[in-house]
Amino acid sequence: MTATVTAPAVRRAPKKDASPPRPRGRWRRRLPLLPALVLTIALTQVPFVFTLWYSVHSRNLLRPGTDRFVGLANYAKVFTDSAFRNAAVNTVVLTSSAVVLSMLLGVALAMLLDRRFFGRGIVRTMLITPFLVMPAAAALLWKTSMLNPVYGLLNWALSPFGVGDLDWASRYPMATIVMVLVWQWTPFMMLIVLAGLQSQSPEVLEAARVDGAGWWQTFRFVTLAHLRRYIELGILLGSIYVVQTFDAIFMITQGGPGQATTNLPYFIYLKAFRGFELGEAAALGVVVVAATIVIATFALRLISNLFSSEGMGA
Amino acid sequence: MSIGRSPAAGSRLPRLLLGLVAWTAGLLFFFPVLWMFLTGFKHESQASTDPPTWLFTPTTEQYEAIFARDFAPFLVNSATSSLLSTLLVLALAVPAAYALSLAPVPKWRDVLFFFISTRMMPAVASIVPLYLIAKSLGVLDNITMLSLVYTAMNLPIAVWMLRSFLMEIPREVLEAARVDGASLPVQLTRIVLPMIAPGLAATALICFIFAWNEFFFAVSLTATRAATVPVFLVGFITSEGLFWARLSAASTLAALPVVIAGWVAQKQLVRGLSLGAVKG
Repeated sequence: MTATVTAPAVRRAPKKDASPPRPRGRWRRRLPLLPALVLTIALTQVPFVFTLWYSVHSRNLLRPGTDRFVGLANYAKVFTDSAFRNAAVNTVVLTSSAVVLSMLLGVALAMLLDRRFFGRGIVRTMLITPFLVMPAAAALLWKTSMLNPVYGLLNWALSPFGVGDLDWASRYPMATIVMVLVWQWTPFMMLIVLAGLQSQSPEVLEAARVDGAGWWQTFRFVTLAHLRRYIELGILLGSIYVVQTFDAIFMITQGGPGQATTNLPYFIYLKAFRGFELGEAAALGVVVVAATIVIATFALRLISNLFSSEGMGA
Repeated sequence: MSIGRSPAAGSRLPRLLLGLVAWTAGLLFFFPVLWMFLTGFKHESQASTDPPTWLFTPTTEQYEAIFARDFAPFLVNSATSSLLSTLLVLALAVPAAYALSLAPVPKWRDVLFFFISTRMMPAVASIVPLYLIAKSLGVLDNITMLSLVYTAMNLPIAVWMLRSFLMEIPREVLEAARVDGASLPVQLTRIVLPMIAPGLAATALICFIFAWNEFFFAVSLTATRAATVPVFLVGFITSEGLFWARLSAASTLAALPVVIAGWVAQKQLVRGLSLGAVKG
């Protein structure tokens, strides 16, 4: 397996844009794009327009016929709701700690795997497995066999250290969810960083060694500099997925105890499908999207840099 | 296989130790999955014990019980929605990626970023209207509807991935074919498709994994007829109480297809997970 980064995107064809083809030719070029574009717009953009519409109406599924225009009342509810602020804070805490921790572990594991040792293929296979296991199944596995206060394996393994029948999910709910997410996402980070490590040119490392750089100096100034792009990419893509975490919370803590682990996706789910307050849920959705757009603008610029700069072609 | 990093600076002992650390980490990460697999072959009384039961005579009674409880339809629904959406994604994404790479439309860059931006939009933002629209069209709890949602979910990823594979086709090859008088369909079927075949496989794998493991849309948009495997697993939280062995057996079955596919296609995994940016 040679790990290189895709050929730089220099061959991409922006220059062609300079001389726009004739209208007919242009449509022939657009034709293959249309089906994908239409489906994407129909299933992501059109629903959002509806979300906007619902967000200014009061609509409760349990009381049909009560649908009426309420202006910005739903938004007012959202912004005065301390539960919403709590869910927003939880989302930030959950996402950032899970992503950062799995990246740190991912870098460490990738460094370990980036050297020859007996059974490296097997170790790599074992390490990627948590990422492949269905998240819902993984969450239930942790909730029961691993974290149960009395029969769970974690407490059994920690019993020599004086940990008794500790109920992790209710004593340390956020840490529990983060732990499960880190277990799941470390392999993802590791794979991306490992690909980065293996694309590092041996000559540069050799040169650093000849110049008398120690292991730590080489790692800090040569390897990490080379890995920067890969780490950024991993953090970015990881965040896109982790911010939407739903399965683990639904299965392990149901957002609790109290509201301790309710993140925005779970909060909106509760509003819509347990509270049946569709208007409010829609307003929440709009607020979340607005926030996402702000963040995504930065993220997209970062992606754009990552993919267009030499070394990591799109 | 890639070359290992330059000969480690130290003697043999540190190298041996580092290998040992790697093995320990690998076993730690893998252990919960192994435990799930083992628990699925236990009697219920052996599944929750303190201390844990390590030695036991395997039984298939849990697997029999699961299938007796109509697990099969959930598996069929999962397989249908995953395969159907993957096929649809490929059918839509290949032409789209082509129109964004080899024969680019004007403003292809904007279109490309539009696709990826839809993946950043939280699923929760569109779930309310999707639910209501599906309800009014009578396609709630419908496997085709779920497949379409999965198609939209995976399409951006597939477009980005496939585009990166198309960009790798040397321009000269296509140029030469054109000079030889090969028509566009011939170029596409004889040159482009064979050259991106591994890329197609990698893309299909990633789409399959995401669709198979998806839970949020499944639990929101399906009820009984179209419910997928993860929805089946939810039943264990409420009704089944402490049936850990049975839960483990069901979880093992649920996880197995993707785990095996991922193991087999490890090399394609990196490329897919990074939207084609990183070659594994």
